[in-house]
Amino acid sequence: MGKRTALYTTHVQANAKLVDFGGWDMPLNYGSQIEEHHWVRQHVGLFDVSHMTIVDIHGENSRTFLRYLLANNVDRLKQPGKALYSCMLNEQGGVIDDLIVYFLTDNWFRMVVNAATRDKDLAWITTHADKFNLQIKVRDDLAMIAVQGPRARACVHTVLGKSAAKVGELGAFFMTMIGAMALARTGYTGEDGYEVMLPATSAADFWQQLIDQGAKPCGLGARDTLRLEAGMNLYGSDMDETTTPLESGLTWTVAWEPPDRAFIGRKVLDQQKQSGVKHKLVGLVMDDKGMLRNHLKVIIDGLESGEITSGSFSPTLGKAIAFARVPVSIGERAKVDVRGRLVDVRVVKPPFVRNGKACI
Amino acid sequence: MSNVPNELRYTKTHEWVRKEKDGTLTIGITDHAQALLGDLVYVEAPEVGGNYETGEDCAVVESVKAASDVYAPLAGEVVQVNPSLADTPETINRDPYGAGWIFRIKPEYLGELDDLLDATAYSAQIANG
Repeated sequence: MGKRTALYTTHVQANAKLVDFGGWDMPLNYGSQIEEHHWVRQHVGLFDVSHMTIVDIHGENSRTFLRYLLANNVDRLKQPGKALYSCMLNEQGGVIDDLIVYFLTDNWFRMVVNAATRDKDLAWITTHADKFNLQIKVRDDLAMIAVQGPRARACVHTVLGKSAAKVGELGAFFMTMIGAMALARTGYTGEDGYEVMLPATSAADFWQQLIDQGAKPCGLGARDTLRLEAGMNLYGSDMDETTTPLESGLTWTVAWEPPDRAFIGRKVLDQQKQSGVKHKLVGLVMDDKGMLRNHLKVIIDGLESGEITSGSFSPTLGKAIAFARVPVSIGERAKVDVRGRLVDVRVVKPPFVRNGKACI
Repeated sequence: MSNVPNELRYTKTHEWVRKEKDGTLTIGITDHAQALLGDLVYVEAPEVGGNYETGEDCAVVESVKAASDVYAPLAGEVVQVNPSLADTPETINRDPYGAGWIFRIKPEYLGELDDLLDATAYSAQIANG
């Protein structure tokens, strides 16, 4: 038996198909993951993401510590509530995890890291925090619910009633607190919406209130096809400790300025930036019928082969799409070896879909 | 619980077989199999005219989650494939024993049908995991 979120019983009652994810029993789907996918693109879906790890960092040196720990620069966070996506690197520039960091007050930042990487992340964070005199608090008392889709915000506002005025004005990638509840206008689907962190004890009630407003529960299956269409990386598949952000389509998340900010992993990234990298992450689209899967070989004329890091079916486009790590000089076409059959694919720049519409 | 119609024959690998009046056999995957696979997104049908041995892989069904081979329940020649699955593979999820049939074969020895599982035996197999 795996670990259970505060919504476990709710999922079982809703006939969820439960699977192990990073040691947690999580819903894969509640029937059809493709219907759930469409529901998020067209209406509003709910995801239990309580398995993710919420880490609060308290202390006057919080900002100094995060300037050192993260490849993106928390000095970009000037207004309280603002969020930033970043990689946390090892000394070799490899990605230990990707995360979102929120600036709450001068003495308080919040990070949300992945579930499967929890132990190594916490070990890394606490080891490096040692000399900064900080308090690191893992918020296992909180649940996290992602409400995503074109109707997501209206749905949450209705449930919040009077207190909705405060979140109604929230800009993209900002968080605000309403009592014990933190609402952030972030997500992993390519749709508008909120990620809500709230006391685990009130999670089931809030979930039900959202369902009463027309939201449908969606599993990790739909979450994966939504994020892939939206061009968002998945840790462990698209990048890991053996790849740097520059080889993973995440160069935009590295803050090079100021040049004297010596964040962990910087030396290797500076070298790579100067001499160039051999591989990059691209999008693939298969216009023929079929399916693209992780680890399939990508064959490119005159170049060494590449590999699919995330392959799946795009319900919005009705065709197979993928991320692949390939030589940087790849052109606009390649082939994928699908069980011995060489299938043509187009090489594109993700995202594939944003705000419900195809971009490729 | 999975639906296992009494009038059909089954394989251990989750194909179902229905005997037609013209002596051909219609083949698909069971309700249990489609539920395990989840939403189907692609069906690679066999070639019409192709000859297959008993147990030979002759088609592939792919869901978002996994690809799964479909095996010929008995030897014979493929005489027809379901043309609608190319565009709507999800028909198999909705109606595995009806509109979601995959192909028809003309069997070499119709007697092989008796070697297949009946509904009771197949139900027992899936109940045992």
